[in-house]
Amino acid sequence: MEMVIALAIGVLFGSGIWLILRPRTFQVIMGFMLMSYAVNLFIFIMGRLWINRPPLTLGPGAPDPVAYADPLPQALVLTAIVIGFATTALYLVLMIGARGITGTDHVDGEEPEQ
Amino acid sequence: MLLLLIALPFIGSAIAGMMPVNARNGEAWLAGCVTLAGLLVTFFLYTTVEAGSVLRYEAPWLPAYGVNFVLRIDGLSWLFTALILGIGLLVVLYARYYMSAADPVPRFFSFLLAFMGSMLGVVLSGNLIQLVLFWEMTSLTSFLLIGYWQHRIDARRGARMAFIITASGGLCLLAGILLLGHITGSYDLDVVLARGDIVRTHPWYFPTLLLIALGALTKSAQFPFHFWLPHAMAAPTPVSAYLHSATMVKAGIFLLMRLWPVLSGTSEWMWLIGGAGICTLLIGAFAAIFQHDLKGLLAYSTISHLGLITVLLGIGTPLSIVAAIFHTLNHATFKASLFMAAGIIDHETGTRDMRVLGGLRRALPVTGSLAIVATASMAGVPLLNGFLSKEMFFAETALIGGDEEWWMSIAAVAASMFSVTYSLRFISVFFGKLPTDLPKKPHEPPHWMRFPIELLVLLCLIVGIAPTLSVAPLLHNAVFAVLGEQTPLYSLAIWHGFNLPLFLSILALAGGIALFAILRRTYGVAGRERVPLLHRLSGAQIFESSLLRLSQAASRMLRAIGTQRLQTQLLWLMLALIGAPLFMVGSLPAWPPLSTPSSVDPLFALMWLIGCACAIAAAWQAKYHRLAALILVGGTGLVTSLTFLWLSAPDLALTQLMVETVTTVLLLLGLRWLPPRERSLTVPRRVWFRRSRDLFIVAAGGTGMAALSYAALVLPAPSSLGDFFLMRALSEGGGSNVVNVLLVDFRGFDTLGEITVIAIVALTVYALLRRFRPAPESIAIPAQQTSDIDPAVRQPPSEQAESGHLMIPVVYLRLLLPFMGIIAAYFFLRGHNLPGGGFVAALIFSVAIICQYMLAGTSWIESHLRMRPHRWLSYGLLIACGTGLGAWFFGYPFLTSHTLHLSLPLLGDLHVPSALAFDVGVFAVVVGSTMLILMALAHQSIRSHRVPSAVSHNPSHMPTREIV
Repeated sequence: MEMVIALAIGVLFGSGIWLILRPRTFQVIMGFMLMSYAVNLFIFIMGRLWINRPPLTLGPGAPDPVAYADPLPQALVLTAIVIGFATTALYLVLMIGARGITGTDHVDGEEPEQ
Repeated sequence: MLLLLIALPFIGSAIAGMMPVNARNGEAWLAGCVTLAGLLVTFFLYTTVEAGSVLRYEAPWLPAYGVNFVLRIDGLSWLFTALILGIGLLVVLYARYYMSAADPVPRFFSFLLAFMGSMLGVVLSGNLIQLVLFWEMTSLTSFLLIGYWQHRIDARRGARMAFIITASGGLCLLAGILLLGHITGSYDLDVVLARGDIVRTHPWYFPTLLLIALGALTKSAQFPFHFWLPHAMAAPTPVSAYLHSATMVKAGIFLLMRLWPVLSGTSEWMWLIGGAGICTLLIGAFAAIFQHDLKGLLAYSTISHLGLITVLLGIGTPLSIVAAIFHTLNHATFKASLFMAAGIIDHETGTRDMRVLGGLRRALPVTGSLAIVATASMAGVPLLNGFLSKEMFFAETALIGGDEEWWMSIAAVAASMFSVTYSLRFISVFFGKLPTDLPKKPHEPPHWMRFPIELLVLLCLIVGIAPTLSVAPLLHNAVFAVLGEQTPLYSLAIWHGFNLPLFLSILALAGGIALFAILRRTYGVAGRERVPLLHRLSGAQIFESSLLRLSQAASRMLRAIGTQRLQTQLLWLMLALIGAPLFMVGSLPAWPPLSTPSSVDPLFALMWLIGCACAIAAAWQAKYHRLAALILVGGTGLVTSLTFLWLSAPDLALTQLMVETVTTVLLLLGLRWLPPRERSLTVPRRVWFRRSRDLFIVAAGGTGMAALSYAALVLPAPSSLGDFFLMRALSEGGGSNVVNVLLVDFRGFDTLGEITVIAIVALTVYALLRRFRPAPESIAIPAQQTSDIDPAVRQPPSEQAESGHLMIPVVYLRLLLPFMGIIAAYFFLRGHNLPGGGFVAALIFSVAIICQYMLAGTSWIESHLRMRPHRWLSYGLLIACGTGLGAWFFGYPFLTSHTLHLSLPLLGDLHVPSALAFDVGVFAVVVGSTMLILMALAHQSIRSHRVPSAVSHNPSHMPTREIV
């Protein structure tokens, strides 16, 4: 499991790097999304991998911390996901606004000279 | 009392700044009253000072650093305070008549009073840090005053030059003061003054002295920093009269006097201060002879007289201190009156050029005689105050040089000779024939404009004729404050008998007259444009060119190593991301025993095989197939969501799923405004190079990230803060879903900040889209919607939904809306104990609304269902903040939560935590933001955009139709 998730993070992050180094705005927004998956997963696994142990302290008596997944990275990632949505929206609007003003979708606002 | 003295000018400045533009009299009265009040306070304090005692006021300022706000007044500060306020009062009176009705006077008087306050702050500070603070304030306010006539380029330049020189001197001073404070262990002036011996023997003495001297010499316009002063003459004359006679330039002198007991008495002091002084004295006096502008002459003369005072301070005998303080006082009186006289001449004739002016004795008889007396004092003619201090100067130079070293006396006599010559040049404007081609016909100014000069000249005469009766006690107080027990015996008598100083005085007078005659007859001084010998030594030129070089170098550097290209910036960012950790590899601790990896679930591996394939394919396709790339990225998002579910994070899984949905809809709405892209047939070699380089970076970054993740996973987990939350979520937070309790309770403040950010982003998106102008080729209806293959092409969306081919899905979805609402409410309510909560519920609710929009079209929905996202936003934030503030009413810190236990007849026992109300706020904000963003974007398609006139378009594309 550890190997699978580590490789997955690597692949997502690599694809993200590739895309944010591209010249078109849409590629960059896709890159940011892939990167944010990778980073969210990375933060998430800092609490280690737990299967079938969600942090819901439903049983009676004082909860035993060993029996549950770490809730802290989960809470951090939850806010990160929602903020990620907001920044994606902002980026999108900048992207189509810049396209309208400059007439190109190049990240620098002008086509590179050939 | 002392606090009042400092505070009054600043309060006056604030009031003056707010008065109407044309309130010339009101402004003058205000400034006059403030100054007069200050002067009365000063006189009131005289009795304390006379006894040789020091009055202190102390208030804590930065107690942790041992820095207090201290005001203290002793003989020296009293003398300067009286000078600042006395001359200030006269300048205010003079300025009332000098400033023209067209000038914005509130600004003038506001700056003037602020400057006066800063200057008082400098002389009354009992703490060195505080002194530097006020010192910089004088630089700033003098900058504003010199640049008062902002429309003139010379005023702006002069102000900038003065500011750069004096403010950078001030920074040196700050460094010097910090060193001094380090050496003595205190910034309190009294403590520092008592520890002179420690300072002078300390190894850091020379740097300290050098830095403080740089501060003082720049402020007092000493060589080699003297060049800013003539350029500062672009200021209105009252400002020049104030800044360059009694205040600004005297601040440097004051500082040297103040710190004289601490720093002086070494050969470094003598060479540094005395050397700068001698150079300034000679250069200033020599250059003054060849000026053609009245104010320019006075400026160079000021430089030279300041040099004289600096030399006296540099000589450093107790008697020379007496002479320095005395000359400071004398110079302030005669120079202020001369500046005002120059201002009157300028005001009455319209020019200050001495080559044009002449014979003004007849046109301005009273002003002329007053100016002649003041000039005589400047030249050191007996029976005037200038003579007395100049005699002392000669005595000191002769004393210090002894019998063999004559050069100092020679320099002193030469400078005095020059001073006589330029004084003669100044008064020559009153003699000769009155020219007829003056810009204005001169006549005497209003009496009150002349009054300050009359008073000052009277003072010159009184001090000059009866020094012991008038100025002696004040001088004694000031000298005593500096020297203490070392105060020497001195006599201020006019007649000391035939001795060396008298001989030197006569020599200087005679020499000066002779020089003037020679220059006039054989050299023709009026025709010379440049100062002989010295014109190459132009500090201003060096200053300007170094400024220019500095900005050139900066822009060159920016061009060389800066970039505005996003790709380059991101490239370096990524390289740093990959490279920076490599530097830390060496210092890693030894690896602890690793935990064994758990066995791989084949289904999980397959899932990620798909996820990775989606990501790579998206990276591959994002350029030419945007829709495909978007779908592929969504696939990766779904796999991520499933992973969260698999790995015990149901809340994350739900949130990710909903965000994924909303984001995809959002991007779909945006795709329409991007340009079409055709695959280019040939790819240049350069692009291939860039791609392979990026591939290399991708490989390095991806491998690094994977290795890091793997290492983190197999290392044993450190004890986490999470345990704390797990233990207390139910007992203290009243909920068993720890993640939700964390969000709305333990870390509620973070969440409040977060929803605020979301609200701001939503409003920003809305604002940006209000001014959105699409590119011309994107305005038309997309080809897909105009194609005849689509059976619904002739119907608008609302018609399609009402009676067209979308009728059945629409009916279903309308039916589904309440159910989706109930599901959202269900997820919301159970969120505290089971997966769910405000974020998830809000996203579910938003998806429900978006579905309606997608099928029925924007205009139909909005005519039937009024969404007001702005209100959702604001009410949400209000509820969230209100919940937090509610805790205050019960005396708890912000956002403390409380659980209410209710037992209702039908529902049984209920636990209602206050965090639930907070969650309602979160819910409303997230719904509001999501709707606001999506609706703003959707409205772009139904807005009829103004089409740029240059673009001709096919009429069949109009009218613009809705597509959502």
